[in-house]
This record gives sequence, C-alpha cells and structure tokens, in this order.
Amino acid sequence: MPNLTKRYPIKARDYLKAGEVSIQIQGLLKIIGFAPDFIRRVSLCAYEAEMNVVMHGGDGELTLEVDTDRVDLDVRDAGPGIEDIGLALQEGYSTASEEAREMGFGAGMGLPNIQKNSDSLDIISEKGKGTEVKIGFIA
Amino acid sequence: MKVIEIVKLLRLSAATGEEGLDREAETGYCGDLLSDVMANSKKGALWLTIQSHQNIVAVAVLRELAAVILVNGRMPDEETKIKAQGEGVPILLSPLPAYELAGKLYEIGIGRA
Repeated sequence: MPNLTKRYPIKARDYLKAGEVSIQIQGLLKIIGFAPDFIRRVSLCAYEAEMNVVMHGGDGELTLEVDTDRVDLDVRDAGPGIEDIGLALQEGYSTASEEAREMGFGAGMGLPNIQKNSDSLDIISEKGKGTEVKIGFIA
Repeated sequence: MKVIEIVKLLRLSAATGEEGLDREAETGYCGDLLSDVMANSKKGALWLTIQSHQNIVAVAVLRELAAVILVNGRMPDEETKIKAQGEGVPILLSPLPAYELAGKLYEIGIGRA
C-alpha cells in the first residue's frame, strides 16, 4: 500500500482551472521533501496529463500515489480514446482542436514529454471508451 | 541578475506579481507553445511569449521560471493577472518583439555562460 493516495477531479475544457491539479501536486511533493529535479519531472508529466484530459478527455480523474521511493500518477478520462497509441507518442502528432492550438496547446508534445520525463508509462485506451495513462517515477 | 534590475535596465513594466521581482533570473527562453516551454525551459528562466491567457501562470509555477515577459505589447487577461498575483509570478510587459528583447537580455548578460 502506498503511503499516501489522493484523487483530483479534472474537468474537460475547463482551461481556467487547467494546471491547478499539477500545482497542488508540486506543492505537496515539496512539503514531503522530494528532490527538486524529481519534483520537476513529476510536475511536468502531471501537467501534460492534466492538459490532455482538459483538451481531449471528457471529465477525468488523476490519482496520485506517493511512497517513500516512488510516485505514481494514474489519469483516467471518459473521452474519445486514442485510436493509434504509437502515433500519439510521436512528437508533433496532434488531434487538438483549433481552440486549444490558439492557446499554445496541442503541439503534439504532451505524451512524448511524459515519456521522456518518467520511468514508466502505460497507456490503456480504446476508441470510444476513454483513456487511462499510468506514469511511474522512481525517486 | 535580479528580475527587478532587469526591469529597470530594459524599461519593462510589471503588470503583476511584484513580490517575485526579487528573484534571480539566470537565463531566458522564447516560446508560444506551452508544451515546448514545459519541455525546454530551465529553472530561473525569463520566459518571452505572446501568450497572455491564464495558463501561462501554471507553466511558470511548474517550471519555476523567474518571470513571464509578454512581448509585442501584449497585455495579460484579467484572469491571468489574478492568478499570477496569487502565485507570486511576475508578469512583465515589453513593446518589443521576442527577438529584439532576447538580444537585449543577452547583451546585459542573461543566459551567457
């Protein structure tokens, strides 16, 4: 059992609140006392995963699990799902809306950024059935 | 160099986040794609961008940037100002385009090894 588990709801298309879950997680990990570079990695991935739900996901939930030597993020959404996960992991590939792109999102860098900054990444998704992104970090 | 010194040297104006002006700015980054800035900006950087919506504040907080500088005379949205004030992130304003402002920052030593 992890030391600490916290759940954060994420609302689709709520650009006003977008990023707040990641900022809360960053603050919590600082209080716990993880190394700054480790916190930067987790915060970056939390943000990209959070933005993916806001942009594409339908409503979702991020679960944070913290242990002494690792942190895990489990992000689930009820969105349209990913048709081709291999393609979604390619830098530059994006299905973001015009609205998202105008705000500087949808550069096709979200999942590749997560992959580069995490120690494990599992994406479970089916078209029409939502997406689950599991991200692991070893402290 | 402290953000406040850069504000004075380059005649920038501060839209909000005055309490953060005491931070050290070590380098800079130009970018309008948020994921690019998330991926490539360094801690303590000044971020030059034309994006003025509230999500720039989350990027600045999560990447521990020294300040955001809106270039080309852009003004922050009201929500951006409120969020930046709450998080203590300085939002600075410049009429110059990013290329020119980056050149001036480099001239005064920001980001030079």
